[in-house]
Amino acid sequence: MHEMSLCESVLQVLEDNARSRGFERVKTVWLEVGGLSGVEPEALRFCFDVVMRDTLADHARLELIELPGQAWCMQCEKAVQVGQRFDPCPDCASYQLQVTGGTEMRIKELEVE
Amino acid sequence: MCTVCGCGEGETRIEDHEHAHDHGHHHHHAHDHQHGKLSHDYGQGSAHAHAPGLSQTRMLQIEEDILGKNNEYAAANRRWFAEHGILALNLVSSPGSGKTTLLTRSIDDLKEELKLSVIEGDQQTANDAERIRETGIKALQINTGKGCHLDGHMIGHALETLKPEDGSVLFIENVGNLVCPAAFDLGEAHKVAILSVTEGEDKPIKYPDMFHAADLMLLNKIDLLPYLQFDVDRCIEYAQRVNPGIRVLQVSATSGEGMDSWYQWIRATQQPALTA
Repeated sequence: MHEMSLCESVLQVLEDNARSRGFERVKTVWLEVGGLSGVEPEALRFCFDVVMRDTLADHARLELIELPGQAWCMQCEKAVQVGQRFDPCPDCASYQLQVTGGTEMRIKELEVE
Repeated sequence: MCTVCGCGEGETRIEDHEHAHDHGHHHHHAHDHQHGKLSHDYGQGSAHAHAPGLSQTRMLQIEEDILGKNNEYAAANRRWFAEHGILALNLVSSPGSGKTTLLTRSIDDLKEELKLSVIEGDQQTANDAERIRETGIKALQINTGKGCHLDGHMIGHALETLKPEDGSVLFIENVGNLVCPAAFDLGEAHKVAILSVTEGEDKPIKYPDMFHAADLMLLNKIDLLPYLQFDVDRCIEYAQRVNPGIRVLQVSATSGEGMDSWYQWIRATQQPALTA
């Protein structure tokens, strides 16, 4: 979805941190992206290069850390892994699932100079 | 209310935007001001800071949520709504689901009973806000320009201009898009997804994020059901797969069928907002 505006938000975080933590260039960005976050990794990579051009993160490398979707199955009363929001429980096939993880979109770490 | 305002990269146009807040810093505003017409436009593109230089390479732990900034704006909006007893509803759907028609009908039926106002989001034109204003209530158009969704920051500024009344109901009609608006909290009490029976019954599983984020689904245009092959039960089952807690109401904004159940939901939902 909206990968362009997500990259704009990433840039804003980078610029804010450049001021508060005193660095001038960003060489690598590690992003955690959950499997249920709605982010398309390929689109994100494409937009990242475009948005970072002529900024403090020009030509920065983007490292994506993909996290699996996780849910709590109310029938089995345990945590299970899901690939999509509408997936049934892999064990009991129930749809009574509460998503508990995998919606992350977080900047984890930066390599800066 | 805009405590963390980063307005420098304005890409939106809000109708009649009076920028009254003083940030105490130099602040170049790219919003296109069109006074008297109530619209905010974010279509102008942005200018980014340029900070080249050379120094030692080092690693920094950041752990910062990409949507963190938006969530701060949304939290500020939510506090403001609570202080003023305003029920804010974020209406989301595909283009053509009949959102604006549903809204104008709801306003006509409720405006004697409730204090109402509307924020309209579209990429371009103020047509929808004009349709709403014909009903006699306050409406503000936000044009997102290149953007595919409203965000918490745009809503914060829209509130400064629109000034909804204390104890009122604010409808925020999001950009017609079942993807992006799911991720952007505006500070609303509830997202209401509108799906019309002229669309596919499998939309809830095709666009699961949105139906997961919504608390209520209005199944619109049910007066057309006799002419369509649309399986209502299956549609509701799909919606509940992605969101076991979702409520579904079947309505027709044209015939008026089922609209009372929607108004009843608004009244019941507004009570906590008023007493909060």
